[in-house]
Amino acid sequence: MNQQADTLTLEGLSVELAETAQALVKDVAIHLRAGEIFALVGESGSGKSITSLAAMRLLPDALRVGSGRALMGDTDLFALPEARMQTVRGRRMAMIFQNPMSALNPVQTVFRQVAETLRLHTALRGAALRDRVASLLEEVGIPDPRQRMGFYPHQLSGGQQQRIMIAMALACEPEVLIADEPTTALDVTIQKQVLELIRELARSRRLAVLLITHDMGVVRQTADRVGVMYRGRIIEEASVASFFDAPKEDYSQRLIDALPGQDAFLPPVQAAPLLEVRDVKVHFPVRGGLLRRVQDVTRAVDGVSLTLARGETFALVGESGSGKSTLGRAILGLEAASAGEIHFDGTRIDGLDRAARQAFRRRIQVIFQNPYSSMNPRMAIGAIIAEGMLSLGVEASQDRREARVRALLERVRLPADCARRYPHELSGGQLQRVAIARALAVDPELIICDEPTSALDVSIRADVLALLAELQREDGVAMLFITHDLSIVPGLAHRVGVMRHGLLVETGEAERVLTAPEHPYTRELLAAVPRVNR
Amino acid sequence: MFAYIVRRLLYAIPILIGVNLLTFVLFFVVNSPDDMAVSQLGAKYVTPEAIENWKAKNGYDKPLFYNDAAGGLDAVTETIFFAKSVRLFAFDFGRSESGRDISTDVRRRMGPSLAVALPTFIVGIGVNICVALMVVMFHATRLDRAAVIVFVALMSISYLFYIIGGQYLVAKTWRLVPISGFHADGQVWKFLLLPVLVGVVAGIGAGARWYRTLFLEEANQDYVRTARAKGCSELAVLFRHILPNALIPILTGVVVLVPMLFMGSLLIESFFGIPGLGSYMLDAINSQDFAIVRSMVFIGSILYIVGLILTDISYTWADPRVRLS
Amino acid sequence: MKPVILWSDALIFLLVAALVLFFWRLRRDPQARERWRQVFASRLGMAAFTVIVAYVGVALLDSLHFRRALPPPEGVTTDEVFYDNQVTSVLDTLTAGMGERFERTYSAPFALRSFEKQTLKDEAGNTVRDFPPLRHAGASLDDPEDKWADVARRSAVALAWGLALAALLILPQWWLLRRSALPWGSSWWVQGVLACTAVWLVSISRHYHVLGTDLGGTDVLYQSLKGIRTGVLIGALSTLVMLPIAVTLGVSAGYFKGWVDDVVQYLYTTLSSIPGILLIAAAVLLFQVYIDLNPDAFPTGLEKADAKFIALCFILGVTSWSTLCRLIRAETLKISQLGYVQAAHAFGVSHGRILARHILPNTVHIILITFVLDFSALVLAEAVLSYIGVGVDPSMGSWGNMINGARSELSREPAIWWTLSGAFLFMFLLVLPANLFADLVRDAFDPRTRLGPEAA
Repeated sequence: MNQQADTLTLEGLSVELAETAQALVKDVAIHLRAGEIFALVGESGSGKSITSLAAMRLLPDALRVGSGRALMGDTDLFALPEARMQTVRGRRMAMIFQNPMSALNPVQTVFRQVAETLRLHTALRGAALRDRVASLLEEVGIPDPRQRMGFYPHQLSGGQQQRIMIAMALACEPEVLIADEPTTALDVTIQKQVLELIRELARSRRLAVLLITHDMGVVRQTADRVGVMYRGRIIEEASVASFFDAPKEDYSQRLIDALPGQDAFLPPVQAAPLLEVRDVKVHFPVRGGLLRRVQDVTRAVDGVSLTLARGETFALVGESGSGKSTLGRAILGLEAASAGEIHFDGTRIDGLDRAARQAFRRRIQVIFQNPYSSMNPRMAIGAIIAEGMLSLGVEASQDRREARVRALLERVRLPADCARRYPHELSGGQLQRVAIARALAVDPELIICDEPTSALDVSIRADVLALLAELQREDGVAMLFITHDLSIVPGLAHRVGVMRHGLLVETGEAERVLTAPEHPYTRELLAAVPRVNR
Repeated sequence: MFAYIVRRLLYAIPILIGVNLLTFVLFFVVNSPDDMAVSQLGAKYVTPEAIENWKAKNGYDKPLFYNDAAGGLDAVTETIFFAKSVRLFAFDFGRSESGRDISTDVRRRMGPSLAVALPTFIVGIGVNICVALMVVMFHATRLDRAAVIVFVALMSISYLFYIIGGQYLVAKTWRLVPISGFHADGQVWKFLLLPVLVGVVAGIGAGARWYRTLFLEEANQDYVRTARAKGCSELAVLFRHILPNALIPILTGVVVLVPMLFMGSLLIESFFGIPGLGSYMLDAINSQDFAIVRSMVFIGSILYIVGLILTDISYTWADPRVRLS
Repeated sequence: MKPVILWSDALIFLLVAALVLFFWRLRRDPQARERWRQVFASRLGMAAFTVIVAYVGVALLDSLHFRRALPPPEGVTTDEVFYDNQVTSVLDTLTAGMGERFERTYSAPFALRSFEKQTLKDEAGNTVRDFPPLRHAGASLDDPEDKWADVARRSAVALAWGLALAALLILPQWWLLRRSALPWGSSWWVQGVLACTAVWLVSISRHYHVLGTDLGGTDVLYQSLKGIRTGVLIGALSTLVMLPIAVTLGVSAGYFKGWVDDVVQYLYTTLSSIPGILLIAAAVLLFQVYIDLNPDAFPTGLEKADAKFIALCFILGVTSWSTLCRLIRAETLKISQLGYVQAAHAFGVSHGRILARHILPNTVHIILITFVLDFSALVLAEAVLSYIGVGVDPSMGSWGNMINGARSELSREPAIWWTLSGAFLFMFLLVLPANLFADLVRDAFDPRTRLGPEAA
């Protein structure tokens, strides 16, 4: 299959800032072949998205192609006039994007958007057009396509939206499909389905696919060949099988290693219970009618019970909207529980007033998902870490607080001069370390980690997880680890709970749940986890 | 939807009571019923009995807000505030201090106000959108930057200048239309032309600049990139994708103004001698006629609240994502 | 000389001091500093800012009031010093008596004769109707034909002095700032032009009325200059009154939610449902009634005008807080959901501290943008209000009063255009830089207009 001609060839591509001519992508060469999926993998800022946009000639105004060629047969796309290029886009080369919700026009129906591609490049009109759109939707797995054609994007689920995007891209049977992180915004089970669809279409339609991703698991599952992008260059290119067996570059090895191992499980912890959640419900009222009375409730958490021992890590796993974060917020007292009881160290803590709650604030701490929004941009790092100490009266004197901030920064392996810097000067990984230091500052017994690594790049993610595991081992802090990603559970959590629709469908020791799941949903989740070593 | 509108209308009642209360307090804090009686009767005839008679005749012989003497519900209802407000709620505006019937005046003057304000509004929006679209087509070029500065310059010119300049140039120097006046016969357009022109021109700076921002905001959205990736031309992107989306904030932003068109424009009407509600208000302010001011405040508030409700309804109409509940 | 401090004088100096302090404190915040650098990195921003500072400077000079000491009356020997009844400002002194050279009535710019005919006696003693010569303009001319030559000669001299003044102004700055990365050059150009224009205007107006005179014979240029203080004050003071109301209510509505939010929303919906101009008019009229009923509280006309003026600023401020309040409420709602506020809750940080450390500092950009945007809107509004008759006191110089006084004079033959032109020109020259500056501030501070993290 390697002997056939390339469908699209990028040669010596470099992309630079229009103003300063600083190169962001340097001398990139990519060969796309029919029926083959080429994965371009790299971390944020490595230039992989820019490369794909350059191939489509869709770079934002601030960027421009510095040099290189994009050959499709004998035509150099970069040399085409814009009007000719418009006949290439959508016709011979199509693209799907990361976030289908925002990539679809919110005020046009599904039919109009899919049909637009066809109207632009074919002579199909009227009933024939409708039939074509319906069959396209059917092909990408939209149930009841005739009816869904009249829907607006917001009336569809995320997975269906991405399927619509794919249908739109494939409408004119292009030769090349560029997929820019097509599953990053989707839940794991949906991600699996969409990737399978892309793979299937590549085979059945002899598509050449350029798949942009940061996820090694996705690469392993979907791609045929892989190119690793690092700081604007492709540093390694290989077939997927040989790449995962023996990567040539250290960086590639690091990316592969960043995926946590799936076989080393933590032994169960034998200790007194620290946190007990008994049949907790968190319902949000839905108001309606003439007088805005409560007509219905959204059952975010609908009767969850779990216990957490001292020094234990409990992973609460679930997809978006499963209620896992709401439960965490209820334990923190940021959300009121509608029913049930929450006990901490033998004392009931739900429904406490502000003053009584204060005693437990010190003992239960939190780390949030997005490190950028969880730091006040106008406060220095030192002040951010010291804030909790100040308000909970942990270290009374200014000197001792400063000394403690220094010690904490060292503990999370940040340089001491960070204390004087501001959040925007730090990277996401560094900020998440600050968040850990901030939580540790008040010596908590329980830390609620709400997706602390999902906004981070893979290699950084592994470091932060390692740091959390180390703190847990050394300090014996209990953790409630909220995540959508089952793959990070081994090596981190002692026990696992799987949440769906506000209910805990399965709990148990990590090893048991991950190796012998009982509930079908758990099995589904496990099957969707992209694995490197399959 | 229906429940929503009914609820919004109910919600308007406390607001209107608040509006009344405010105007009432403003009115009586310095100008007590006794002062009113004195100024109405004229200094010559002021005797304690004459004042009492005047107050009794005009309904000012009760306490302002709370009647100690009356018990139960009457403590609130047997007051000047209640009596005067209830009549407003029944759209009975009473008589102005010069003795004219306010309701008749308002009805008569609404037409001319609308005759000027409506064309200004519609033409203005059309012109502003066109100008903004043209500028957006040349986005990030020198022309765009120059246009923004011109918009800001147009915004920085006093409204009075547009009126006075327009009258001087079009009516006095070029003698194209009469300087001012209004006759409800076949020649009405002659009198309307200049005020509408002035109103439209004066609004271009702020309007076109605002629409340009809205267009650019939409132009940065992801779905615009999708449209380009499909192979749409720049014009198709602009008209098929950016414009319909940008029209949502434009539409909902201007709908609140639609009912207010009845109120007319204070400045335009007074300069061009148009007998609408705008000049009515101005005359009332100048002659310190509080009865008219209070009625106009009440009408204005109602129209504003109607505008707010229309805004919400227009959202559901223009944006498929919005549902009222 | 006896200083006179009007309420508005005290307020404007307080205001300027507060602003300087505010910006001084803002320097410590690295993000804010970066944004300001962005504003001033544009030549347009620098130039606009210079013009605004010049206007504020004139307003400040015009706010230093005093009464001149009069020479003791003839024949009386006493230690008591008598003061002029007329209150003068430093600006009046600097303009070299521009405001004291009255004519009888209208006269055109650079005219030597009055605009209206009058019954005169010619040299032979006959009664004729002719345009009388002006009292002050061109008094030094022997032959009216020499007028333009005289103007040119005086202009050349003035220009030389102006350049000298500009050099004096710019050289020290250049010495201090020559290594700065910011485009100070454009500021210096504006400063130079302003200095030359100022010297030229002052020196020429000793002999001519550069912008003519108005109905009462007052120099129009002088009136336009006096309007600067009113314009700047009304823009700044009203915003200052509005800020604390809007910020307090907006922040508490967005932060505490629940019934506080309901009350605040009710308040601003009610207020904004009243047609603004009627509310302002009613309030101003009522204050007028109050003044009429309590004449003792304001002994001099100047104090009365000043009180009316401050009341107008208050009324404008109190009636215009709803927009900002709405914006701040929305922003506070947004910030309250952010991780750092949630984290602060988890740390048990008190409400007061959360508001002061986390929420207020992060709404400053909205306050700032509103401040600069509203400033120019209020300057324009003053003219409209004065036209309607509910603006500043007619005895107080303001562009609105000038326009109001001269609006019908365009219909005369020949048209009297100079009063209007003076007012509109001076207003435009303040509002345009303010709007341009506001645009730049918004571009720099509004997170929506900034580019997101690089899409890669």
